Amino acid sequence: MTEHRNVLILGSGPAGLTAAVYTARAQLEPLVLEGEPSSTSDQPGGQLMLTTEVENFPGFPTGVTGPELMASMREQALRFGAELVTAKASAVDFSARPFKIFVGDGEPAYTADAVIVATGARSLMLGLDGEDRLLGYGVSTCATCDGFFFRGQEIAVVGGGDSALEEAMFLTRFASTVHLIVRRDQLRASKIMQDRALSNEKITVHWNTQVAAIHGDEKLASLTLLDTVTGEERGLSATGLFVAIGHVPNTSIFEGQLSLHENGYIAMGEGSRTSVEGVFACGDVQDHVYRQAITSAGSGCMAAIDAERFLESTGH
Amino acid sequence: MHPSSERHTMSEHVMQLSDSTFDEQIGSASGAVVVDFWAEWCGPCKQIAPILDEIALENPGLTVAKLNIDDNFEVTRRYGVMSIPSLIVFKDGVEVDRIVGAKPKGALVESLSKYL
Repeated sequence: MTEHRNVLILGSGPAGLTAAVYTARAQLEPLVLEGEPSSTSDQPGGQLMLTTEVENFPGFPTGVTGPELMASMREQALRFGAELVTAKASAVDFSARPFKIFVGDGEPAYTADAVIVATGARSLMLGLDGEDRLLGYGVSTCATCDGFFFRGQEIAVVGGGDSALEEAMFLTRFASTVHLIVRRDQLRASKIMQDRALSNEKITVHWNTQVAAIHGDEKLASLTLLDTVTGEERGLSATGLFVAIGHVPNTSIFEGQLSLHENGYIAMGEGSRTSVEGVFACGDVQDHVYRQAITSAGSGCMAAIDAERFLESTGH
Repeated sequence: MHPSSERHTMSEHVMQLSDSTFDEQIGSASGAVVVDFWAEWCGPCKQIAPILDEIALENPGLTVAKLNIDDNFEVTRRYGVMSIPSLIVFKDGVEVDRIVGAKPKGALVESLSKYL
């Protein structure tokens, strides 16, 4: 049976839940499809569910963990009457209003007068042979889940941005050495994270280096590294591999429905508007530049206000 | 939901294991036992915990059990767990299947269907 809603929100990271708080307070009775459990960032609460300490979200002078922050946002959305459903949209039809949202096969699960897209982004993997096979056996998508198992061992973190450095710092709590594999001769990360990581004795940086191959039968044993300047290969013993080389937006269900940039991110009009009137987007699904919890939350607020005004203008 | 279940918290349907009781409890169980290796600090573990409660409630033939890896590292190491949540299925005390990582309920039920 198809259920009709004023506003349907896809995603439950800081963007989706902020949009939920605002639209709920505007008496629009939003329904949030919050996503489904997974050990990647594509899960209810989004990327922050896999992070440890968040030190730069205003209002938390002593920091807050990602999962705590998301639990608070969720509670706040529920308090104002937002309804959260643990499910993922499998397809959408934005060709006519009301918009159709499908969950699995058959009839659309929902129709909605306005849709707020906040499906976020997920971490890129290396795409090397053996990576999938060794997932959970040394290759990890969740440092906070799996770091514990690498006590006293040598592990590798791939990437040079803030996420990579945060993972590397976190993993020094357990590992004897964290090899940071950086493709270029400099880091993309913020100055404060660079200073911390580079001064950490347990972190060894491998500049101008890429992972060329992953080895191990039942569990990860070693990596082949490639020097991107000399082209030389060398081996590295590592029982753990954590990849933080960037993100891809979760937009596959919007192909052919919304204008997307070549890199897959949603192409935006004024404010939070997408190419379809009545469909709004916020958070990392439309932002590959800032990608912060606070910018995500801010854009969720914009989408909620834009959706509210759109519904008013159409006689709601 | 069965009316009588409302008087119980759902986790009462889930067996709690420890290093010292593991072999006896797993060995003496009739039918398949699915053991959830988990920890308090693991976000994805918390997401599947209520799903496992539901699966336990809906499938009386399957024993669902939990092992906190922080407190019970001996069993955790014995089975080479390197990622949580890990669900290991035992029959007659022997590992017969393993599901690594959090999954939606539908996917978990499908993976466990042959043991239900």
